[in-house]
Amino acid sequence: MTATTSTSAAPATPAPLVDATRDDASLRRFLLGLPGVDQVGVEQRAAGLGTRSIKKDAKRWAIDTAISMVDLTTLEGADTRGKVRALAAKAVRPDPERQDTPRVAAVCVYPDMVATAVEALKGSGVHVASVATGFPAGRTSREIKLADTKIAVDAGAHEVDMVIDRGAFLEGRYMDVFEEIQAIKAACGDAHLKVILETGELATYDNVRRASWLALLAGGDFIKTSTGKVSPAATLPVTHIMLQAVHDWHVQTGELRGVKPAGGIRTTKDAIKYLVAVHEVAGEQWLVPDLFRFGASSLLNDLLLQRRTQVDGHYSGPDYVTVD
Amino acid sequence: MSDRISVAKTYKLYIGGKFPRSESGRVYPVTDAKGKFLANAAHASRKDVRDAVVAARKAFPGWSAATAYNRGQVLYRVAEVLEGRRDQFIAEVSASEGLAAKKAESLVDAAIDRWVWYAGWTDKIASVLGSANPVAGPYFSFTMPEPTGVVGVLAPQGSSLLGLVEVLAPVLATGSTAVVVSSAERPLPAITLSEVLATSDVPGGVANILTGRAAELGPWLASHGDVNALDPTGAALDDRPGLAREAANTVKRVLTVPAAEPDWTAAPDLTRVRRYLEAKTVWHPLGV
Amino acid sequence: MPVFEYAPAPESRAIANLKDSYKPFINGEFVDGSGEPLKTINPATEEVLAEVGTASKSDVDTAVKAARKAYDSVWSKMPGTERAKYLFRIARLIQERSRELAVLESLDNGKPIKESRDSDVPTAAAHFFYHAGWADKLEYAGYGPNPRPLGVAGQIIPWNFPLLMLAWKIAPALATGNTVVLKPAETTPLTALVFADICRQAELPPGVVNILPGAGDIGASIVDHAGIDKIAFTGSTEVGKAIQRQVAGTPKKLTLELGGKAANIVFEDAPLDQAVEGIVNGIFFNQGHVCCAGSRLLVQESIAEEVLEKLRYRVSTLRVGDPLDKNTDVGAINSAEQLAKIRGLVESGDAEGAQRWTSPCPMPDRGFFFAPTVFANVHQSMRIAREEIFGPVLSVLTFRTPDEAVAKANNTPYGLSAGIWTEKGSRILWMANQLRAGVVWANTFNRFDPTAPFGGYQESGFGREGGRTGLEAYLNV
Repeated sequence: MTATTSTSAAPATPAPLVDATRDDASLRRFLLGLPGVDQVGVEQRAAGLGTRSIKKDAKRWAIDTAISMVDLTTLEGADTRGKVRALAAKAVRPDPERQDTPRVAAVCVYPDMVATAVEALKGSGVHVASVATGFPAGRTSREIKLADTKIAVDAGAHEVDMVIDRGAFLEGRYMDVFEEIQAIKAACGDAHLKVILETGELATYDNVRRASWLALLAGGDFIKTSTGKVSPAATLPVTHIMLQAVHDWHVQTGELRGVKPAGGIRTTKDAIKYLVAVHEVAGEQWLVPDLFRFGASSLLNDLLLQRRTQVDGHYSGPDYVTVD
Repeated sequence: MSDRISVAKTYKLYIGGKFPRSESGRVYPVTDAKGKFLANAAHASRKDVRDAVVAARKAFPGWSAATAYNRGQVLYRVAEVLEGRRDQFIAEVSASEGLAAKKAESLVDAAIDRWVWYAGWTDKIASVLGSANPVAGPYFSFTMPEPTGVVGVLAPQGSSLLGLVEVLAPVLATGSTAVVVSSAERPLPAITLSEVLATSDVPGGVANILTGRAAELGPWLASHGDVNALDPTGAALDDRPGLAREAANTVKRVLTVPAAEPDWTAAPDLTRVRRYLEAKTVWHPLGV
Repeated sequence: MPVFEYAPAPESRAIANLKDSYKPFINGEFVDGSGEPLKTINPATEEVLAEVGTASKSDVDTAVKAARKAYDSVWSKMPGTERAKYLFRIARLIQERSRELAVLESLDNGKPIKESRDSDVPTAAAHFFYHAGWADKLEYAGYGPNPRPLGVAGQIIPWNFPLLMLAWKIAPALATGNTVVLKPAETTPLTALVFADICRQAELPPGVVNILPGAGDIGASIVDHAGIDKIAFTGSTEVGKAIQRQVAGTPKKLTLELGGKAANIVFEDAPLDQAVEGIVNGIFFNQGHVCCAGSRLLVQESIAEEVLEKLRYRVSTLRVGDPLDKNTDVGAINSAEQLAKIRGLVESGDAEGAQRWTSPCPMPDRGFFFAPTVFANVHQSMRIAREEIFGPVLSVLTFRTPDEAVAKANNTPYGLSAGIWTEKGSRILWMANQLRAGVVWANTFNRFDPTAPFGGYQESGFGREGGRTGLEAYLNV
């Protein structure tokens, strides 16, 4: 899984986008000047695409693709090294009886568990992602957020999932949010940065679009919907808006950025609806783990169950997939 | 040939889509018109009223936001399910009201048709009672009816089914939710109706039915701070001024009802529907 | 590069219960019509679906007499509450048989199954449900204390929404107490005849609904018949004018729902992505076979390039093909004749110098299909800006100011519908005031609801269907 995304290709950035971040007023003007999002319209479009009927070979392909895009996640106060190792084992061999099952994209843990995860996944090709920056609330100082990021990166995290300062965003202090993302991005070094917008707290689709562009302007490699700790977490319409944002970003800059819906995606049926949205809203080239991820835990087992159903030709049951 | 021993039904309250006993643990015997024991009915208390109002308020956002088309479909479904239990209702109405089967039959049929009548109203209320306002200025102005909220209903004491439907259905048609105190002496059709409601896609809490005494429960409904309107039909004539005064403390919409129970078989009209609606006027400028 | 190829997901043709032959429905019976039978074909495959008996002039007479008898002896005398219950039954039966109706509609018409399934059939049921409620509430409709029906209504409907247009016609007619003689379009008679079976299942009294398949001459016979009190027609403006001439001087009440050339107006402050969806829905819904289609896109010049770019990308994701495939977005053109008409107008666009873009989507190798097409640099003087194409072809024009948008939008003999896209509320309402169109959609397009009256200004016809206003067409008021 090599990085095809590039955020350092600044020369490609068109002038209006460079101007957008010149100062606080420019950024504000740019974000508030983005075209509005009509709620009814975007929800209808999402529901409409949700009626796509994905069958047979397409479904097989979609299930395997979805498995390969899972960021298998455990983010609990009760996490232990044992739990993380178990998750890592599952990530590498999701279905031990079916060796042709793809491995997942990454294991996502808290910073203090990164070392354990890195050790357990060594040589597997599965990345280690770490949440950071005072996840999930992010209500802490810049200093601690940077230290949090550094702990994760130093322990070997390939990817960092940061949270934006929603309070600052809702107060209209866009430049503060922008600079913080930039600072964390710098602290990430070679690690990829996913920027969690926590769309459930942004409340409007207009805000989701603004936050998406803000994160893209600041250099986020991925924009991610949610921490999973706030309801609603990922929804199809929100993901549509974010997919549209990375599509438009690509049209304007030639750069490819990724999207990660997280939280609340539990079934294969849901996952396939997201893949259809990726396909038809962002475009075919986003259908790779480098550019689209699912932040999930229980989704993986449903994907494995449905995979067996597709391969075996009869329904499987929860006792036939592993539970850790 | 020995008679089979029938399985008797326990009649309970209907609150929030569930069938609890009264929290008070009280019951009272219900007899038919000739004094023969029929069943013990739950004797609802002040706290049952409280629970029912909570359930009705909780159901209000969903029910009032449902499309008028959807509400119409649900009310029509009530008619369908009621029709399927027609015989049971004929027997209960006949026993409760002491009527010949033929008369009870016509009352049950009228009750079914009444649901159909109100089902047809849900998506027409706004176009009949709303308006576009030709205001003298560059504004677009319109007025639309909206449901008032939670309605306390003291159902008629005489007409155990048709009268009950006539006081309950208009509440639901507007998108309001209801807490109903049934006829005290004739409560069984009301509880069987709640079984119909529970199996007709009516969301839990939209209609709540309590069996008990209007004299005891009415004042609690009338004074309740989270009840928006009151239909005092089932209250004794002497009790009504007191209820109205209690209701005034929270500016409830109180229905003006005839002193004696009306002829419920008469053609229905929009009186009750109107009472449970608020008119909202919206202004918006016109300009490039 | 991965390819997410959607495997075919066809709805089963068997669900349509397709029969070899269908017959006219007169006085509660399916009868052998004495007209020349027609063969109805599947426009997606050009295969014959069924043979359909048609009515002759004498069958029209029989049907009108049956409708009159039913009117006099049963339907006009029946209390509204009872009439209502028949209509509710019909609504429920349509809901129950919705899958069968949807598949049959897609087979006969060529429209994508997702549209017949999610739009045509449920909306048809909703029309019956809504009008059922009116049957016993007519005194509240604003036409006086006891508005009376007209008598026998002759109804002629088009092929673009066969079942839905039937519902728009029959539901209000029956609710108000009229009986009907309805002619479905020559190329799409099948769902109307299944509807006749639904009338039987609902035990609707014989003669209240009569369905006469046939061509234009049968339509003309219905219009001509002295026993008809009311004519309702949906179809082309050309035929509408002929009918109006034919009815002139008679006491027949007439309503017409005719063609259109709707402007869909996008301002620079529009919610652009949803505007693009609305543009796509406005012109490619039902292959553009929609009288109120947003066939003229008026874009503010400042965003024209951006909108066109987004539009082309979005249109290229539309899937054209088998109407029965659940993933098909654009189905088949209804007939060879219509396809030829579309091609002719598109050629005129080329010839007159508009800039044609055609979606690069894969196309089926048989059947009547036309790839989604967008013409840029269109001017008001071109045929593709003035004539109704009735196909998946969009003409894009630009404007600079709201006044110019209004002037261009209104510069047509038609006046059925219009669309406005802007986040500015006051401009929406101002534009809605200025536009001469019977339906104005703001930040949405092609919305239909039985509670919302629909119909046109000027040469798009007169009379409204739906809502309280729509009842007037069938009342003696």
